[in-house]
Amino acid sequence: MLRNKKTGLFTGTMIGLSMAISSITYAQDGPIRISYIEPLSGPFANVGDQGLKHFRFAAEKMNEQGGILGRDIEIVAMDNKQSPSESVQLIQRSVDDGIKFVTQGNGSNVAGAMVEAVDRNNRRNEDNKVLYLNYAAVDPALTNERCSFYHFRFDAASDIKLEALSNYMKTRDDDIDKIFLINMDYSHGQFISKRMKELVDEKGLDAEVVGDVMHPIGQVRDFSPYVSRIQQSGADTVVSGNWGNDLSLLVRAIDSAGLDVNIYTYYGGGLGTPAAVGPRGEDKLHQITEWHADVNVDEGLEDYEKWFQEFKERYPEIDWYYHRIYNQMHMLKAAIEEVGNAEDIDAIAKALEGMEFDSPTGTVTMRAQDHQILQPMYLSVMDTEAKYDADNSGVGFRTVANIPVEQATVDTTCDMRRP
Amino acid sequence: MLETIAYSIFNGVLYGTLLFMMSSGLTLIFGMMGVLNFAHASFYMLGAYFAYTFGLGTGFWVALFLAPIAVGVMGALVERYGLRRVHQYGHVPELLFTFGLAYVIEELVALFWGTVPVAYKAPAALNTTAFTMFGLDYSWFKVFILLVAVAMFIGLWVLIKKTRAGLIIQGALSRPDMVGALGHNVPMVFTLVFAFGCALAGLGGVVGGIHFVTDPGMAFMMGPIVFVVVVLGGLGSVPGALVASLIIGILQTFFLSVNFSLADSIGALGIEDSGFFGVLWHMEATRIAPVLPFLLLVLTLIFRPRGLFGKREA
Repeated sequence: MLRNKKTGLFTGTMIGLSMAISSITYAQDGPIRISYIEPLSGPFANVGDQGLKHFRFAAEKMNEQGGILGRDIEIVAMDNKQSPSESVQLIQRSVDDGIKFVTQGNGSNVAGAMVEAVDRNNRRNEDNKVLYLNYAAVDPALTNERCSFYHFRFDAASDIKLEALSNYMKTRDDDIDKIFLINMDYSHGQFISKRMKELVDEKGLDAEVVGDVMHPIGQVRDFSPYVSRIQQSGADTVVSGNWGNDLSLLVRAIDSAGLDVNIYTYYGGGLGTPAAVGPRGEDKLHQITEWHADVNVDEGLEDYEKWFQEFKERYPEIDWYYHRIYNQMHMLKAAIEEVGNAEDIDAIAKALEGMEFDSPTGTVTMRAQDHQILQPMYLSVMDTEAKYDADNSGVGFRTVANIPVEQATVDTTCDMRRP
Repeated sequence: MLETIAYSIFNGVLYGTLLFMMSSGLTLIFGMMGVLNFAHASFYMLGAYFAYTFGLGTGFWVALFLAPIAVGVMGALVERYGLRRVHQYGHVPELLFTFGLAYVIEELVALFWGTVPVAYKAPAALNTTAFTMFGLDYSWFKVFILLVAVAMFIGLWVLIKKTRAGLIIQGALSRPDMVGALGHNVPMVFTLVFAFGCALAGLGGVVGGIHFVTDPGMAFMMGPIVFVVVVLGGLGSVPGALVASLIIGILQTFFLSVNFSLADSIGALGIEDSGFFGVLWHMEATRIAPVLPFLLLVLTLIFRPRGLFGKREA
């Protein structure tokens, strides 16, 4: 009996030891894993799915070039069902699996919960810190009052986008008299509604806001009642920060009701919207982005055009849309290579701070103060003459305004707590 | 204001008829068999997906007929090999069975067609403008939805009230032993009723899938509201389902279409936009709209549990 007990103890210790060793070797030689925490089911599944394809493609391309420090990049897809609480659990699961990097972008409410969860984990769990790379959640709070040392945003914050948008609208003052705001009812949409009204006054736009509507996120299947409100308000311009189905259904409803309005969006260039409106959106549907397909043509970015075409060959039904994922992945690579390992999260975060990266569109900088990327922006409008159409819709985008980095910058109030 | 009312009525009737297509089958099944089918909205979803898949091969017009038949066949199989076995244990197991079935169907749909919405669109002929009202275009497809719903209501009414089959169905409901003694196959009648109810939901899906979005979440999106319709109209009453659908459709659309809050119409009266009462005072109608159907559900159950046209308590 005693013998057995000893053997058991010995075996147990050995198993434990070998597991510990294998996990260490796995951590240092295996792939560098990034958790992709996005809706892969539910009303926003298509958005989550397209983002995943972008990350997988970028990882694959970079792995062909030797990955990061000779290690492959692996994207681990996790379905958060667009729920903040599920996302927090998935961060925990990532930590348990020894994953050091999480990325997310859809929904600033989700992002807010994730920033808190990442901070809490990094405070309590010093050996298993995680870094949160945000490629699309644009609520300015994330880089202002709620800023965190472990959060980096690679998309332009909402206040930057609105600033650029209103500057352009000022130049079109003759066409714009009545503005209608329609947004999703959460921090992101509420911010646009509040800030846009302030900007109309600040910029001295010769226009008034005639409507301001919030609708539930991902719940509205038929936007015709909202469209009739836009019509009654007499608006000639609609501004919306909607994304995914909430934008494509809105635009489709506006189009099918035959309403003649200019639409200014954040996300009109992909994720279902071009397909929903098609060529009829020409000269009407605008977007403010960090890049669009015809920028490659305008600026002669041949390498990036090749990247775009290869993505199209792989996924014929969609297009490369998230330029910021390109920036994010390459900047992460640069930071890890500077540090020399993919485990020291504090050092990697420090390396990312203030990093300047030669993106195809020009130099982009990760502002050290609040971890907000500063990058050139483009205001573009749908154009059937564009070289590349978006999502096989028969219509692409034409740049109507280039916004240099200096103008795509808004001050921050971030007072960051650093380790 | 006239415009708002006109829009609300038209859009509301449209939404209401879609609700009716989904809920008529549910109320029929409940009325005839006493089974509260939680998976009903799942058959609605199957209708949309079948129509999309058949449509790729046969075109929309053939799929319009094929898809409800296919959904009906599935309903018959579910009743024959699932519900009938569970039936002997009473209503609660039946309820749990359909509840589980709803999840099974959702997962299967996600497995076969993926979690991303499919490109299920109306045929080009229906996408043209039918008429213009106060500057807004309405497509032939919307008119088509109305026509399908009207045809469905008339068909149902004639079937139940004017045909021999309807007579047997009604008889089997209240006196199954007597109908059985007269030589009719009562279990077969139940299977047919269930299949027919599912086919109606399927037909709702064929048009609803185009009007809304065809994705695996569509069943759970529609499930709760269909129950509201059935409870408000009175469990088992087809005319009740029609009236309740229209009420909910018009009311919800009206709240979405008007720019109204107590503060706007009566005046802020110095009430701050904070605190429970303040928020309510300044709440815009648009933001109340999503909760409205469920408010109706609760009020109906409190004040008139049998619903508008129902014959028994819910």
